[in-house]
Amino acid sequence: MSTGLLRTSLYDKQRALGAKMVPFAGWEMPVQFEGILKEHEANRQGCSIFDCSHMGEFLIEGEGARAALDRIVTQKVLDMTPGTCRYGMALNDQGGTIDDLIVYCITPRKWMVVVNAANITKDREHFERHLGPDVTFTDISVGTAKLDVQGPLSREVLSALVPGIQGLSYYTFGEFDLLGEKVVISRTGYTGELGFEIYYPWDKAERVWDQLLLDARVRPTGLGVRDVLRIEVCYPLYGHELSEEISPFDAGLRMFVDQGKDFIGKQALLTRPVPLQTVCVLSDSRRAPRQGQRLYSPEGSEVGEITSGTFSPALGFGIGLGFVKKTFTSTDKVIIFGDEKFRQPARIVTRPFYKEGSLKN
Amino acid sequence: MDIVDHYLYTKEHEWINIEDNVGTVGITDYAQSALGDITFIEMPDAGKEVEQFEQLLSVESVKSASDIFAPMSGRIIETNDDVLEDPALINRRAYDKGWLVKIEISDADETSNLLTADEYRNYLESLDRNDGGEDSEE
Repeated sequence: MSTGLLRTSLYDKQRALGAKMVPFAGWEMPVQFEGILKEHEANRQGCSIFDCSHMGEFLIEGEGARAALDRIVTQKVLDMTPGTCRYGMALNDQGGTIDDLIVYCITPRKWMVVVNAANITKDREHFERHLGPDVTFTDISVGTAKLDVQGPLSREVLSALVPGIQGLSYYTFGEFDLLGEKVVISRTGYTGELGFEIYYPWDKAERVWDQLLLDARVRPTGLGVRDVLRIEVCYPLYGHELSEEISPFDAGLRMFVDQGKDFIGKQALLTRPVPLQTVCVLSDSRRAPRQGQRLYSPEGSEVGEITSGTFSPALGFGIGLGFVKKTFTSTDKVIIFGDEKFRQPARIVTRPFYKEGSLKN
Repeated sequence: MDIVDHYLYTKEHEWINIEDNVGTVGITDYAQSALGDITFIEMPDAGKEVEQFEQLLSVESVKSASDIFAPMSGRIIETNDDVLEDPALINRRAYDKGWLVKIEISDADETSNLLTADEYRNYLESLDRNDGGEDSEE
C-alpha cells in the first residue's frame, strides 16, 4: 500500500519494534513505541533515542558563508568559532518567523544549518535567495540521517561508542568516528535533558540504531513523547508557538535575537506591535489544555488561546503553552482554559514547567 | 484485539454489558489501544439522563481528548470511582475493572442499533483494511 509518505531508513526497524506510525510533515514517523508514559520515564530517567531523519540539513560553504548567514539568522553568527552551534530564527520581511533553526560552524568557510522537516522547501528558497554568488548551498537533507540520544544517561551510553563526546559542552559539536563512519555529533536536543544529536549517512542508520539498542539502558522513543518533553520545558514548536505571523518577540524568544546587528526582518521586527505575550498554563487537574482551546480571565472574558498542550507525566497535571493579550493581568495568576463544553481553572507559572532536567549536567 | 462475546458494541468503540435492566458501559480494547495512556476522565454525575449515541463523558490520553457516547438511553445510576483515581485502569482492564458508568436502561429495544461481538469484530477488520490505524493530531 502506498501512502505517498516518505520513510526514513529506520522504518522497518521501527515497525519491528512495534512502533505506531503516523504522518508527520510528509513522512511516516513513529509516534510511539511502548507508550508515552514509559517512553517519558525512559527519557527523564535513562536514555532514549529518537529518529529525526526527517529534519532538514543544509551545507553553506564559501568565503561569504559567514556573512550571509549572519544576515539570515537572528543570532550573531560573525563571532562563532568552529565546533560551536547556535539556535536562532530566520525571519520574513514582516518580522514573522520563517523557521527556527540551529547554525553549526564547521570551519569559517563551511557551515551546516538544521531546519524543521515541514519547512525544508521554503527554507531552501529563502536561503538560496539571500546567499551571494560567493556561497554554495547544498541541501543534504536526503542522505543525512539524524538520531537524537537524550536523557541523563546519554553521555555514558554514547561515550562507550564515541569516547570523544565526553568533552562536549552544551551547544558545541565535533566530527567523530562512529562505527567506522565520520559523523557530526552535537550536544543539543529538544527534551530538556542531557543529550546529543548525531548526523550520519542515511545508509548507516540501521547499524547505529541497532548498536545503541544493544545497550539495555536505551529505549526507542517516538514523536508523541518528544512533544510532551518539549512542552514540559517550554521549547517552541514551529506551527504552534512560531509561524510566519508570529515573531520571536511575540513568542518570548528575545534572547535568541541579537539586536546589535543587522538581519533580514529586523526593521519590521523592531517596529511591529507585540500585542500578545506567551503564557505557561498549569492546570489545576489532570485535564490538559489542548491546542485551539481558549483562555479566559477568572471573570470569564476571552483573553487568549492555547497553542500546545499535554498531560505532563513529570508533574501529574495538564500543562499548556499559549498566548494572551498583553493587557491581561491576573494578580493571583489564575487563568481558565476550555472550549464550548467545559471550563478548567489553571494557573500561570514561570517557564519551564519541568525544572529538574539534566540538560546542563 | 480482545472482544468479549456477550457484550454489545458501538461503531465508536464503546461496549455495554446488560444484566437485568442495567447496562455497564466502557470502551473497547481497540479504543484504549488507539488512545494510548489514559490520564483523565470527565465523569457525568450519577442521576443524569442520557440519550442513545449522545455524548456521555470525555476521556483524555497524554496527547488527545476523546468523546465517549452512550450506547443506550437511560439514567446514570453509578460511576466508577476507581478509574478516576487510576485512569490507566482502563488501559489495563478495558472490559471489566475499567468500566465507566452503569445506566438504568429506558428502552431495551435500542439494542437493535448496536453491534454484536461478531459484527464488531468484522467492523474492526473493515477498518484495518481501509487504513493502517488512527491518525494523530501531531
